[in-house]
Amino acid sequence: MSDARTEILARIRGALGDVRDEAPRRIPRDYGRGGGLDQEALAGLLTDRVRDYAAEAERMSELDVGVAVRAGCLRLGIGRLLVAPGVPGAWWPAAAWEDETGAAAEEDERDVAIEEDGGAAEAEEDDGRPAAELDAVDGVLTGCALAIAETGTLVLDGRPPCGRRALTLVPDRHICVVRVEQIVERVPEAIAALAPRVAAGRVPVTFISGSSATSDIELERVEGVHGPRRLLVLIAG
Amino acid sequence: MNDPIAPPRSFPEAAHDALADDQLRRNLAHVTSTIRVKRAAAVAELPDWEALREAGRAIKTETMRHLDRHLVALERSVTAAGGVVHWARNAEEANRIVGGLIESHRTTEVVKAKSLTTEEIGLNEALAQRGIRAWETDLAQLIIQLSDDTPSHILVPAIHRNRAQIRDLFRAELPGAPADLPDDPSALAEAARLYLRELFLRARVGISGANFAVAETGTIAVVESEGNARMCTTLPEVLITVMGIEKVIPSWRDLEVYLQLLPRSSTAERMNPYTSLWTGVDPADGPREFHLVLLDHGRTTALADEVGRQALHCIRCSACLNVCPVYERTGGHAYGSTYPGPIGAIITPLLTDLHEGATLPYASSLCGACYEVCPVKIDIPRVLVHLRGRVVREGAHREPGEQAAMGALARLFEHPRAFAAAQRIGALLTAPLRRRGRRITRLPGPLRGWTQGRDLPPPQPSFRDWWRRER
Repeated sequence: MSDARTEILARIRGALGDVRDEAPRRIPRDYGRGGGLDQEALAGLLTDRVRDYAAEAERMSELDVGVAVRAGCLRLGIGRLLVAPGVPGAWWPAAAWEDETGAAAEEDERDVAIEEDGGAAEAEEDDGRPAAELDAVDGVLTGCALAIAETGTLVLDGRPPCGRRALTLVPDRHICVVRVEQIVERVPEAIAALAPRVAAGRVPVTFISGSSATSDIELERVEGVHGPRRLLVLIAG
Repeated sequence: MNDPIAPPRSFPEAAHDALADDQLRRNLAHVTSTIRVKRAAAVAELPDWEALREAGRAIKTETMRHLDRHLVALERSVTAAGGVVHWARNAEEANRIVGGLIESHRTTEVVKAKSLTTEEIGLNEALAQRGIRAWETDLAQLIIQLSDDTPSHILVPAIHRNRAQIRDLFRAELPGAPADLPDDPSALAEAARLYLRELFLRARVGISGANFAVAETGTIAVVESEGNARMCTTLPEVLITVMGIEKVIPSWRDLEVYLQLLPRSSTAERMNPYTSLWTGVDPADGPREFHLVLLDHGRTTALADEVGRQALHCIRCSACLNVCPVYERTGGHAYGSTYPGPIGAIITPLLTDLHEGATLPYASSLCGACYEVCPVKIDIPRVLVHLRGRVVREGAHREPGEQAAMGALARLFEHPRAFAAAQRIGALLTAPLRRRGRRITRLPGPLRGWTQGRDLPPPQPSFRDWWRRER
């Protein structure tokens, strides 16, 4: 008896007896690729489309990200924040009265305590701790590899500043910073931009479009099953 | 064990029972009509939808024409990326491979992402026989598993159950569910979340299916909504993916087509909440071991049917179910297979060389709605008609009375005089009925089937009689 591989390949060749021409046929790719919108329009479209998923999206200057992250932590109830490696110091939660560059936070051995109404939010960089310990973290802060405006999608590639996959999966709240120049209009542009990273680096890619959801019970949409239930997208630049 | 793609009864028998279930028909009407409207809106938003469909069709056609090459290329890429590729001729072989892998890691518990393919091969039952508990982690699949039921829809498998039924089920069967669990969907989802989280963090082996597998890069794609597939493919040390050989696509670039076609056709969203794309093993992230099981189990049989082959292009979106007037009324269980609806009516008989589901190609009015919505343009009506022909020619299903009647009719049509005589005899026999002028609601004997679901109009004079009188 031949092995399964040999036999399956033989069955396939047998089943395709009618296929004579060996040359591959051209695939008609007459669909749109995107790329017609300027960065401002892309940022606006992304904001709208993320909000359509019942996630939050805000547009801001890059200088205000730290303050917005801090406000986001307070609003979403994040006491312990884990930050993906490679996230710029300026994006770490910063009090409004700190200097606009956020440089102080960067040098502060990345451990910033926020005082607010007696409550404290701690931020620290992800140290690769086991998934079970991620469950005790309230929220995470990451960047992204790129974002797709038309579908309201964040694309993470498992490398700085996106963080490993478990980081944006186990904790219940996710704050993601998108720089305006990272936004593309449509899916084909995103796939093309990811191609070299996947081919050469074999990076794990995750598309995130809104928060986790299910409609399994009577088709009623419930936000948040296993992934983060709250998603805040900060569009900077 | 029952074969999950072997309908236990003929479609007409099973449909008869399904039609009597009012709750089921209400649920189905609600679900199918809601998704239909949403899908139409999601599709209308893209001006190049038809071009995407055409590309989706062309890529799949080209893939099937050289399926052997693409599989060998996939094997090479996955292996180069640190994965291990296994080949399985049938369900039994696939189940043995998966069971052996789990046992070699000395665990008796695995978490599973939703996968029609593992449903099709009865993996959970096969693992149970080895003492391995496979936990379904998709909410609907968990509901199905806890109630020892079978899925009734590709996308929303537990749609035949309502919230009160699910609440009662969770109270009784879901470990840790509070006794006063309410029936609102968010509370039910929360109960499942709490229980499953423990499992995700504990399980050492995860099992998934694959929506697409890219031959060029060795990348596997899984699309989902809940995040349970991300959990299953990211947290355990070992990941085992079972995929039908038809899920391979040649190039990374092809994803740009299917990642647009699938979510809009399936959940009617611009994009589904999560799509995971992994390439072998990443030393810094996720499972340390990755196994890919390439499954035949009838696919090469379907491939040999030149017309039916296109059924293998299916990307399991379920749009054809939601537009089908037959599915909308009978639901998925009547099809008796893992694959319900119009696509199931062609896939089940094709995978089994017509040994199973020979009545399924008749479960259609051939209205063509399924073809119109299919994101990869599978000509389901054409394949249905083709399979009806095969069923008759190969004698896969016989209706003795019908075949005798058709044979007699064929002979009459060939002999005009005999035909005229038969008409006169018919007119004599039906004269009493014609005089009464009432619709006929019940025919006797073997003709009874005709009047089961419809009335016969009162007999009319034949055209020949009318012509003789009027000209």
